[in-house]
Amino acid sequence: MSRYIIRRLIQAIPVLLGATLLIYAIVFALPGDPIAALMGEKRMDPNLVTIMREQYHLNDPFLVQYWYYLVGLFGGDFGTTFAGVPVTDIMAGKFQVTINLAMTALVMEAVIGVGLGLYAALRHGRAQDSMVLASTLVLISIPTLVTGFVLQLLLGVKVGLFPVAGVTDGWRSYLLPGFVLAGTSIAYLTRLTRTSLVETLRADYIRTAVAKGLPRRRVVGRHALRNALIPLITYLGADLGTLMGGAVITETIFNLPGIGQQLFSSVYLREQSVVVGIVTVLVLIYILANLIVDLLYAVLDPRIRYE
Amino acid sequence: MKKTSTSVLPAGGALGDEPLLAVDDLHVEFVTRQGVVKAVNGVSYSLNPGETLAVLGESGSGKSVTAQAIMGILDMPPARIPRGEVRFRGTDLLRLPEDARSQVRGQRVAMIFQDALSALNPVFTVGSQIGEMFRVHRGASRRDAEKKAVELMDRVRIPGARQRVHDYPHQFSGGMRQRIMIAMSIALDPEVLIADEPTTALDVTVQAQIMELLAELQRESNMGLILITHDLGVVADVADKIAVMYGGRIVENALVHDIYRAPAHPYTKGLLDSIPRVDQKGQELYAIKGMPPNLLAMPSGCAFHPRCPYRQDNCVTEAPPLYEIGPTRSSACHYWREVLDGSHG
Repeated sequence: MSRYIIRRLIQAIPVLLGATLLIYAIVFALPGDPIAALMGEKRMDPNLVTIMREQYHLNDPFLVQYWYYLVGLFGGDFGTTFAGVPVTDIMAGKFQVTINLAMTALVMEAVIGVGLGLYAALRHGRAQDSMVLASTLVLISIPTLVTGFVLQLLLGVKVGLFPVAGVTDGWRSYLLPGFVLAGTSIAYLTRLTRTSLVETLRADYIRTAVAKGLPRRRVVGRHALRNALIPLITYLGADLGTLMGGAVITETIFNLPGIGQQLFSSVYLREQSVVVGIVTVLVLIYILANLIVDLLYAVLDPRIRYE
Repeated sequence: MKKTSTSVLPAGGALGDEPLLAVDDLHVEFVTRQGVVKAVNGVSYSLNPGETLAVLGESGSGKSVTAQAIMGILDMPPARIPRGEVRFRGTDLLRLPEDARSQVRGQRVAMIFQDALSALNPVFTVGSQIGEMFRVHRGASRRDAEKKAVELMDRVRIPGARQRVHDYPHQFSGGMRQRIMIAMSIALDPEVLIADEPTTALDVTVQAQIMELLAELQRESNMGLILITHDLGVVADVADKIAVMYGGRIVENALVHDIYRAPAHPYTKGLLDSIPRVDQKGQELYAIKGMPPNLLAMPSGCAFHPRCPYRQDNCVTEAPPLYEIGPTRSSACHYWREVLDGSHG
């Protein structure tokens, strides 16, 4: 088992290298000059520009620049912005906000999605089942941009049930944005849960459990659920990455100072080190989430063994 | 372990005239998009303690559906039971409320299935699946349930039961898995055990071992055994009587030695003739011509008439009743005398 974990972590290294190289190259290829973007409309002192270009290795070829970045990265140094602020300082606070948001969304997704899915599956083929299916379809069809603004206006501004924007109200600030962010994922997970449980309830071992004279509660809650959960875990794990990456729109609507907002403004300012830093951490989170999912798999399904 | 009789049903003991289990004029239908499929059309059979009844028939003959109706594990809908009774110790199980029924299911009437790999839950240890019977029905503690599971695994002769009780179904061979299935079904000393093709998925050598085990367990406990199979070879040694099913009906009822000596229905005769025999080596193997009937469009008259070598004109129009042709024997063929004579000759 531990050998498997080590092997998976080693496998993560080329993935990380590839991801950083790719992002570094994309930001490098963006039109416009970072120093010019930094100065905005102000007139620049040519001497200062020359010094800054030298300091940030902007005159070196692409691969040399990337090399400097990598060397720093392996020393735990994510570099600094053009204004001289360490990237780690910027990321620390922002990631906290986004992780709070993503976790809120993930918990909502798991609770509502699995709950609705089970409800629909146990009423398979009846009116309630069709209603759940129809409402998930609606949820999938409406973009986050729309649900975000509509719910903000209705529940935030009009009813005043939730804070309208910002993170000043503690955990309550994350409820509405979390739900908006989780929206389509809830719908997909509901459908996945429903299908998975309906399928499982048709299995031979469920017939065996019924023939053993077990109460229906136990047949569904123990024998079926344990098997039906296995594919859901994979989906949830993979979705954590999507939620963190997809937070850009939600963070903008609800004015949450997370990495989504930061990423957006950093791309605008050609802050290569910030963009690559954030993406690197995102990739790392994604890899770890997938590793945890794979390990959970072995716990849930004894047929899976890692050597 | 003695049964704690909490149910409304009479406990074990003298039965009088009533058999242990009696299926009477049972009808089962499935409502499908293509129409109503009549899977079982008036099946009757009975079983006494210590007796083995073999129910013989090809796929779609209704033999498994009858068993599932007895157990009460049919999905209703799409299935429905418009007519018939399943009397267990004189009480009609079909009219019993669900809570009383579940006192019978698994505890007093148990069932084992064909493919033990898919019939066992892959994510729980075999010990917990066997022990579950004691945990749920007898309120046993986890430790006691495990102890019972080991005892049962010993009883069905699984080597190293104490170590293997924590293994999962996929870690066992096919034969061992079926033994686990059997251990689970006999856990609470059922009075009736229904085995639905228990050896079909197994190697021939393992088949014999499993049949031997079932026969032995039956001798020890005097339970009634219903053996559902399509394989005449399997039943010869263990069965007392045979019910042959075709197209959802019983076409022949007989004691096992009578049927082997001289079948009284052309379908039974066809089945017996299609068993490979050593003294016919090199000759072409006999096969019943034609296909099993389509349950959505059953042939008129006798369902077997399109495939029957004894067919006369009235077979096409007139469905034969189950003729009583002896004290322990019946046949649903207008020309059972000819079939019987032909068998002797």
